[in-house]
Amino acid sequence: MVSRKEIIEKIKMLMDKTEMIRNIGIVAHIDHGKTTLSDNLLAGSGLISNELAGKTLYMDYDEEEQARGITINAANVSILFNHKKTNKDYLINLIDTPGHVDFGGDVTRAMRAVDGCIVVVDAVEGMMPQTETVLKQALKENVKPVLFVNKVDRLINELKIDKKDMQYRLAKVIEEVNKFIKNIQEEKYKSGWKINPADGSVAFGSALYKWAISIPMLEKTGIGFNEVYDYCRSGRMEELSEKSRLYNIILDMVIEHLPNPLVSQKRRVPTIWHGDLDSDVGRSMLNCDKNGPVVFMVTKIVPDPHSGEVATGRLFSGTIKRGMELYISGVNKTNKIQQVGIYMGPDRFEIEEIFAGNIIAVIGLKDAIVGSTVSSIKDMFPFEEIRHVSEPVVTVAVEAKNMKDLPRLIEVLREISKEDPTIQVQIDEESGEHLISGMGELHLEVIGHKIERDKKVPIITSEPIVVYREGITSKGGPTEGVSPNRHNRFYMEVDPLSESVVELLKSGAFSMKLPELERRKLLMNAGLNSNEAKAVVDEYRNNLLLNMTKGIQYLPETMELIIEGFREVMSGGPLAKEPCQGIKVKLVDVKLHEDSIHRGPAQVIPAVRNAIYTAILSDNPVLLEPIQRIYISAPQDYMGEIIRELQGRRGQVMDIQTEKGDVVVKGIAPVSELFGFSGSIRSATEGRALWNSENIGFQVLPSSLHNDVVMNIRRRKGMKERIPEISDYV
Amino acid sequence: MIHVLKYLYMLIFVGLGLYDEMDISIKGLETIKRSKKVFVEFYTSKMMGTTIDRLEKFYGKDIELLGREDIEIRPDKIIETARNKDVAFLCAGDPMIATTHIDLRIRAEDAGVKTRIIHGSSIQTAVIGLSGLQNYKFGRSTTIPRPYKNIIAESPYDVFKNNLDNNLHTLFLLDISDEPMTINEGLKILLNISDKRKDYKFKDNLCVGIARAGSDNPVVKADFIKDILDYNFGPPLHTFILPAKLHFMEKEALIRFAKAPKEILTKET
Repeated sequence: MVSRKEIIEKIKMLMDKTEMIRNIGIVAHIDHGKTTLSDNLLAGSGLISNELAGKTLYMDYDEEEQARGITINAANVSILFNHKKTNKDYLINLIDTPGHVDFGGDVTRAMRAVDGCIVVVDAVEGMMPQTETVLKQALKENVKPVLFVNKVDRLINELKIDKKDMQYRLAKVIEEVNKFIKNIQEEKYKSGWKINPADGSVAFGSALYKWAISIPMLEKTGIGFNEVYDYCRSGRMEELSEKSRLYNIILDMVIEHLPNPLVSQKRRVPTIWHGDLDSDVGRSMLNCDKNGPVVFMVTKIVPDPHSGEVATGRLFSGTIKRGMELYISGVNKTNKIQQVGIYMGPDRFEIEEIFAGNIIAVIGLKDAIVGSTVSSIKDMFPFEEIRHVSEPVVTVAVEAKNMKDLPRLIEVLREISKEDPTIQVQIDEESGEHLISGMGELHLEVIGHKIERDKKVPIITSEPIVVYREGITSKGGPTEGVSPNRHNRFYMEVDPLSESVVELLKSGAFSMKLPELERRKLLMNAGLNSNEAKAVVDEYRNNLLLNMTKGIQYLPETMELIIEGFREVMSGGPLAKEPCQGIKVKLVDVKLHEDSIHRGPAQVIPAVRNAIYTAILSDNPVLLEPIQRIYISAPQDYMGEIIRELQGRRGQVMDIQTEKGDVVVKGIAPVSELFGFSGSIRSATEGRALWNSENIGFQVLPSSLHNDVVMNIRRRKGMKERIPEISDYV
Repeated sequence: MIHVLKYLYMLIFVGLGLYDEMDISIKGLETIKRSKKVFVEFYTSKMMGTTIDRLEKFYGKDIELLGREDIEIRPDKIIETARNKDVAFLCAGDPMIATTHIDLRIRAEDAGVKTRIIHGSSIQTAVIGLSGLQNYKFGRSTTIPRPYKNIIAESPYDVFKNNLDNNLHTLFLLDISDEPMTINEGLKILLNISDKRKDYKFKDNLCVGIARAGSDNPVVKADFIKDILDYNFGPPLHTFILPAKLHFMEKEALIRFAKAPKEILTKET
């Protein structure tokens, strides 16, 4: 093993040579072997011994992760690797990302920092729903993929298929992945993003047994599919690993096929940043210029017992060093940089200065949150907000076990929501009962353990509660909202947004930060007519606010307050204060007081709120419930039990496939019915089922359940226990 | 007989005037003494020279203080009380200058409760008296609100610009919610807006600042905005006028009463 000091010295040299840097992530379905691969790659830099790789799960350094055998936090590590063909050293910054769907937010954020990704697919299972979700996110962020088909040994030793069949199955995996890339990035696919075994943009192997092959390396190693088959069959994989080492093959593939930051930023900056590309800072980012202004995007914040918070992210432009005063988007003052460094697994090393194009750790950005744009320029146009593919659907209430921990718990909750923006925390200082919302039951369990174990605050956690949405099915209004001083009147209409528009908003491709014409074009392509597309003044939680009025005096300075009223209702609708979704709110007329003091926040916000509440209630308001897609695989004998288990939970079976004694059941079911599914499917199949799930959006709650659910939520929230009526808001 | 009985009891709006308990009219004072219930509100304006205790002692009556919500959201209490007895509703200045009171009056009459107004002196006329500017030359007045979450209302600046185009003076009232706003704060808000609109000549306008109108020691000071920005006007309430083109009598009055710089005599303002 080379000493760490030597490695760090070499890495420091490379940080300045942008073309020798690769920033990559690994994306895969859970259990397809991502973390094992990461550890192998670490071994390639001599950081951990080859024998240890795969056993230590070096990247899984959170105790929680090691105990569960899954990866939770996207950790970052820098790897030094010598490319044998050219005998040049490369610096590879690797971000490990979780595969479980509950942690989708981490994946989304990690993709912002990297230029390329290794897609890991299990040779037996093929592409899975989460491979698709994550790869889609990568492609949208303009991150170039290469493919590693893992667990090839399983094809040979477990499924015992023959040589011909093996090649056929491997080709099928590649075909699947290519079809997906073509679907999302057709132009890129045609111009070189297609995965091609002949050019080496795909490797095959076994991360567990530390070997891999690729077709261009065939000549050198002399190992092809025939040889692999024989080595595996005869149980000589150790020998195979010595001849065709996993990390050599994979890191070669990364260096040869994934772009360096110079190439990549030209392509990616226009996708993720909508400021003026012709400005100094725009040009500096496009060119990854270390002499330009500092632009750093925070993709993760990790608490550190010694130094407070460590912000990890990508430096797109400039040179960052200790002592700098930097601006943070949305914050009025500067923060002073106390330390900059890089990660090698759990350890951080300080470096004096780091140049554009690297993934780095920074200490001192007290006011930054995940997604913040940090810059040496004041009022820097911020990066496109990082959007998550899925929204929180489950909530738990937490309380401190001991009275004395009350203030500490609030502090901890704030920290946690800063570290993980897919978490929504609602703090209620009066009752002391705080709400945490997340992506699923498991996600919240992990957060709960984090509070108890890392933050050392014993808590009592409630049973999980489903987060519903409020929506409408037809047009409502116009209704009138009168300000408390009765001198201002607002007239509002609501209309359901078409599915294609909701789809657009959810995808995150639409943002009020886009140039107006581009915004209009997106909405019109999704089916909004041009009058309405022109009138959009705000987008919030997949709802739109439209100003249909013309030439009303003083409206511009009142609009911010109208938007605030709109957002309040969209965060909590009239039925049960659950967030609204898919509503088009139209301001159709306004009458305002002459003097601005009489149309301030205390007047405008409640008037707007009431007008929207009554417009929603005047139509048939509905509750929408979150739905998950479920995928269960088990021996065929259990098919009956599996289907019964699904149907007993208001689930629907969409597809049943049988293959070689196994059955794969695909279906959908409401989240509210899936609590405890893990346990019951285990006992129903005697622990022989593999299953996972994915949030796929919301569906109208069956009307027979509507009133009961509304009343339950209202009771829980301490609201009046009756279905609200229009008269409550006039 | 029945007709008379219907209006036996009334809601009477009494304007207390500008500064302390002594500013009330004799008619107003008599009305309060005769009333069976007395309410007061100080959210539309304040009387800086007195307290509710002193008002109670001076008028010899218990006075109930009302908040904004008691008048805007729950006015029924006031109106219903006035159904069975005479109710005096007190406020600073002249009652109907605060537009919110017009709404209360309409609601009362709609509910069949008769109303009456006893006027008090108002800042609208006091500023004319103190500054010597002429009543005929004022345009629309406006209030400068405190910025709310970085939202700065720009309409006061527009009102000023429109008045100026018509050669009319503008009276600026200042937000009194939380801490009463000072002239200096108000001018700085306008200056920000003018900078944003690239109206760099704004600071060369004349400004007449008036503090504590109605008290024994009011301050009236005229100067160019850039020179008056940090002038100390003392305790609240504050208000100011941005005049348009001045009549020669107005110029003389400003120099005499408001220590305006003499150059305004020759300068085309």
